[in-house]
Amino acid sequence: MDFKRLVLFAGHYGSGKTNIAVNIALDLKKEGKNVVIADLDIVNPYYRTKDSEAELAAAGIPLISSEYANSNVDVPALPQELYSLVDQKDRCGIIDIGGDDRGALALGRYAPFIREENNYEMLLVINKFRPLTPDAASTIEVMREIELAGGIPFTGIVNNSNLGRETTAEDVIASNAYAQELSAATGLPVRMTTAWDTIADEVAKVLPNVVPLHLQNKRLWND
Amino acid sequence: MADKVLMKGNEAIAEAAIMAGCKFYFGYPITPQTEVAAYMAKRMPKIGGTFLQAESEIAAINMCIGVASTGKRVMTSSSSPGISLKEEGISYMAGCDLPALIVNVERGGPGLGGIQPSQSDYFQATRGGGHGDYHLFVVAPASVQEMVSLTAHAFNVAEKYRVPAMLLADGTLGQMMEPVSIEGITVEDHDKSWALTGTDCKRKHNIINSLSLLPEELEQWNLERYKRYEKIEENEPMWEEYMMDDADVCVVAFGIASRVSRNAIKAARAQGIKVGMIRPITLWPFPKKPLLAAADKVKSFVTVELNMGQMVEDVELATRCKRPILMANRVGGCIPTPEQVLAQIVEANKLGGAQ
Repeated sequence: MDFKRLVLFAGHYGSGKTNIAVNIALDLKKEGKNVVIADLDIVNPYYRTKDSEAELAAAGIPLISSEYANSNVDVPALPQELYSLVDQKDRCGIIDIGGDDRGALALGRYAPFIREENNYEMLLVINKFRPLTPDAASTIEVMREIELAGGIPFTGIVNNSNLGRETTAEDVIASNAYAQELSAATGLPVRMTTAWDTIADEVAKVLPNVVPLHLQNKRLWND
Repeated sequence: MADKVLMKGNEAIAEAAIMAGCKFYFGYPITPQTEVAAYMAKRMPKIGGTFLQAESEIAAINMCIGVASTGKRVMTSSSSPGISLKEEGISYMAGCDLPALIVNVERGGPGLGGIQPSQSDYFQATRGGGHGDYHLFVVAPASVQEMVSLTAHAFNVAEKYRVPAMLLADGTLGQMMEPVSIEGITVEDHDKSWALTGTDCKRKHNIINSLSLLPEELEQWNLERYKRYEKIEENEPMWEEYMMDDADVCVVAFGIASRVSRNAIKAARAQGIKVGMIRPITLWPFPKKPLLAAADKVKSFVTVELNMGQMVEDVELATRCKRPILMANRVGGCIPTPEQVLAQIVEANKLGGAQ
């Protein structure tokens, strides 16, 4: 799948932005691209891009993240290296933006540079199974709040509808109606549908542009 | 699957409270429980309820006292340092015999501590927490689904006995996402003739108060309250037994520690060690009976905790120190690994005489 130089993932918190960002970065690296991933999350205390630090490092993908991520320091700090994303135009940047409009506020300071270069896609990550975004109308509400806070209009939709490990291919396929309804209402294309790698092939039989995801969160328990 | 949603633990608490008839929420943000307030802020206006971000934790708990006095369901939530601030109000609530739900999504302490998960407020939760002789009804979920069922249950028990209830979780449970169904929530109808609802000049007015001018009267209030506590200890302990039928070693763990312990128990069973688990679901009342019964069957215990050893004291009391007890613990925001728990199970299996 071809992407613009900067790919930004935003959406309702818990929609799956971080996991998708890490997976797409790893995919682009495999294609031979010069990729860097940036964690712009100033909201989440746990389950951050930093959790995948070792895997990203092993793949040779630099991670730009707050030095306080996953620590006990509860401050919304951003690393100075973030400006290199907009300055160094010879590499692809995957940008993981924090949840909701509060998370997207951090994007505002980089928005003028990103808009000026105009080589980006701003993708709205959606999950029909999240309780506050079960339909197109409620998702549009979140979407407008993020655009207002972040200063960059969305260019596409990533349908990441899932129920965690219990997700079936049928769940994902059925959620396409919701993604299409949102697409029709906003005029934004459904850029891709994401699904766990265990069910992605089955989903791909029915839906176009399916991107398989590997579960990134490391856990100390199985059930 | 279609009836399920993917929720953070914190969101599940908030939605379950709303489904359990809670229309009033007062809180103040603190990591890692902020999503409870964020969710309430979005949902309460849509259902005609009240969300209010108070100026402090102390203000929030006192607002809860006000609503609880009218007999309406009310909730507040915070994390460890914020709960300490609320303790004065919680003691007043217990002294006024008011039902309410207080949620503590614990983080590492003491002091400002950190924002990563912890179970180090166990003593605070199970011994009352504030001044005076009192208890809270304390539930400890181990999954996002249990965040739903225990939130609803805590409201019912609180009203049944007129006691404040606490849902004690840790940061991991608050932040983790799991598929849940918001179902099976029953709203029990308990006597509210004590509530301040306006007399219409037709009855004597009710008084909600924790101050007594006579020592003998205050003593009677305490004695009456402890009769209700006796009933709670008799009727309300909850626990889950896992692979206990033939166990030689009994793991005792609640909340996220029980999830880690399951992995360790499976690994130990694969090595031929007969180990099971008793998971307290209520922390007060503590499930003393199954633990005492287990002490007559197993040769040793292992407690798994995210603190320096707090629940282990209740296990010692419940089992009357009949068997040796080892502990697998981490503190400061760290979680014990299954390997660490397994190592203690292996050690515990060497202890104690055969029956």
